[in-house]
Amino acid sequence: MSKTISIAVHHLTRVEGHGNIEVDVKNGKILKCEWQVPEAPRFFEAMVRGRHYSEVARITSRICGICSIGHTLASLKATEAALGIQVTPQTFKLRELMKHAENFDSHVLHVYFLAAPDFLGAPSVFPLVATHGTVVARALRLKRIAHEWGSLIAGRTTHPTKAVPGGFASLPTVKELVELKEKMLAAVPDLEETLKTIKALAPAIPAFNRPTEYMALHCKDGYALYDGEIQTVLPDGDKKIYKVSDYRKCTNEFMTAVSTAKFTKNRMDSYAAGALARFNNNYDQLLPAAKKVAAELGLKAICTNPYMNTVAQVVEIVESFHQSLAIVEEFIKTGLKDEPLVKPTKYSKGAGATEVPRGILFHEYEYDKDGMCLGGNCIIPTNQNHANIQKDFEALVPKLLEEGVDEKKMELRLEMLVRAYDPCISCSTHFLDVKFIR
Amino acid sequence: MAKPKVAFFDFTCCEGCQIEFTNYGDPVFLELLNHVDVVEFREAMSEKTTEPIDVAFIEGSFSREADRPRLEEIRKRAKIVIAYGQCASTAGINALKNHTADYKKFVYGKDSEMPHLDSQKVLGIDKVIKVDYYAYGCPVNKYEVLQIVSHLLHGKEPVIPNYPVCVECKRQETICRYDVGDYCLGQTARAGCGAPCPADGIPCEACRGFVDKPNHDALVKVLSKRAGMPKGWAEDKSRMFTANQRGDAK
Repeated sequence: MSKTISIAVHHLTRVEGHGNIEVDVKNGKILKCEWQVPEAPRFFEAMVRGRHYSEVARITSRICGICSIGHTLASLKATEAALGIQVTPQTFKLRELMKHAENFDSHVLHVYFLAAPDFLGAPSVFPLVATHGTVVARALRLKRIAHEWGSLIAGRTTHPTKAVPGGFASLPTVKELVELKEKMLAAVPDLEETLKTIKALAPAIPAFNRPTEYMALHCKDGYALYDGEIQTVLPDGDKKIYKVSDYRKCTNEFMTAVSTAKFTKNRMDSYAAGALARFNNNYDQLLPAAKKVAAELGLKAICTNPYMNTVAQVVEIVESFHQSLAIVEEFIKTGLKDEPLVKPTKYSKGAGATEVPRGILFHEYEYDKDGMCLGGNCIIPTNQNHANIQKDFEALVPKLLEEGVDEKKMELRLEMLVRAYDPCISCSTHFLDVKFIR
Repeated sequence: MAKPKVAFFDFTCCEGCQIEFTNYGDPVFLELLNHVDVVEFREAMSEKTTEPIDVAFIEGSFSREADRPRLEEIRKRAKIVIAYGQCASTAGINALKNHTADYKKFVYGKDSEMPHLDSQKVLGIDKVIKVDYYAYGCPVNKYEVLQIVSHLLHGKEPVIPNYPVCVECKRQETICRYDVGDYCLGQTARAGCGAPCPADGIPCEACRGFVDKPNHDALVKVLSKRAGMPKGWAEDKSRMFTANQRGDAK
């Protein structure tokens, strides 16, 4: 095999944030095969220093425009843990509802706008307006519903306002929830059509398996998104649970000799977070409707094909939809009551975790006696997936060389792999970088 | 007549303002595409162009010298440049670290001097290139963005409010946050959002920045005297979204 391939994708498109792919193959020998992140660092952990606890989630939600609901919630949970605040069951349910809205919203965006064009041979969703108009209109409708659903609970979906330490600043009315329910029910045909569309595209999903460790929140009451303990599952099905306050013990950030990036690892060389990781950890707890979709799309736990993350997202769209519908219906029945914000009982250090669309997210803060923040730490899912993407590259490039694919095809397959992780690189609160090339 | 060519570019930011562009729903979004031709939008499309463009929406702040040539290149081929969102307009939340010197060390420890972690004082893009219009907000108000686009399509000057959020609260009879024992930045914050936060029981944090000539001294006085905010906090309060618009911004 004498083959020369040179791939240099600078600022990969259709992902959130900035990432580069570099592959160098000379005479069949792989000289370089890297996933790089040149995102401009923003120093959020330093920014929260000296800010009041009521301001911290408003600041850290700005870490990411797509998962700002998740950052808000992880931030609130960490702050509440530090301040000894236990929120009410109503607040808990409302937060679940906004978390599901984000999950649904972000997955629709990724499946339709970022991933699907690759399968339809289009560079973006824009040319699809002419060729697949009904599909694009459907995607926009579903996106809009998630936006309205999240906005009703959170104030807005990009940088939510209403969720604050100790509860909610204002609540939706029952009338608004009835309207939301009607809108959601009206979206059922669109969800069914989504399944058909993805089913038609699914055979084109590349076959590539690389067993790894999967990390996600796990909750005994149901498929976890807002809350739970940390769980990881190995390819052989072995599961292990960790307390959220022990998050540093299972994320183990470390430096490598060959790269300047800070990676995370736990029981194996790398681990994955995200929809597929949640699916692999918590498949048994999916609602029957979501299990049915998984079966129809051929997704089985434990699935070790990272490209299938997009399919796991479709399963979660259905899961989030049905979990939320049940919460909305319950609130319509019971009504919502005005509750005062739960006040701090202490000022110390605390950690919080929640699942954002791209995986498990950790925030941690410490406060002084006046409720002013002394510092924070955030470990974001894309950061955790970073090492796993790199390991995938290292396994996939030789496989593609063996298959004899040309440069263009290899580039597309690598791009599709990164997109399948749905990386969210703006969340660059931490050391995300591999090697910077300008 | 050919449709105007529109492109989106991102610098140091969270890209949430780009996401707002996908939240219009099908009738508005598809109608918009009847009037403009989106030619570049990295977060959503792979197509790229080096051709001249009619309107460039630039999202994100200027945070490192390496980004200067890219900004200049966009300016060169764009007839109209719109600073899209608060990060591009005044650097918004990114400027919150501007008054500190140890931020790199705090976040990256011993690795803080690595060249790719370069980050200087964070500025709005108008400190590098000429900006024609501003879509303020963190995130942008997507309906105001539609107004701006619509005005430009009709050859009119977009109207951007330069009065405080208080005006919008009074207009819709929202109870003042100070009257319920809270604080608020609405008296110096730029309106145009419709003041949803005070209406939802939350103080305005001035995420659209300040009006052009804010009376910052009076703001600090009101925060400490009327809201009872401790002095240090009252003085630091406006660093959150408006650090670069304070009198002490270097």
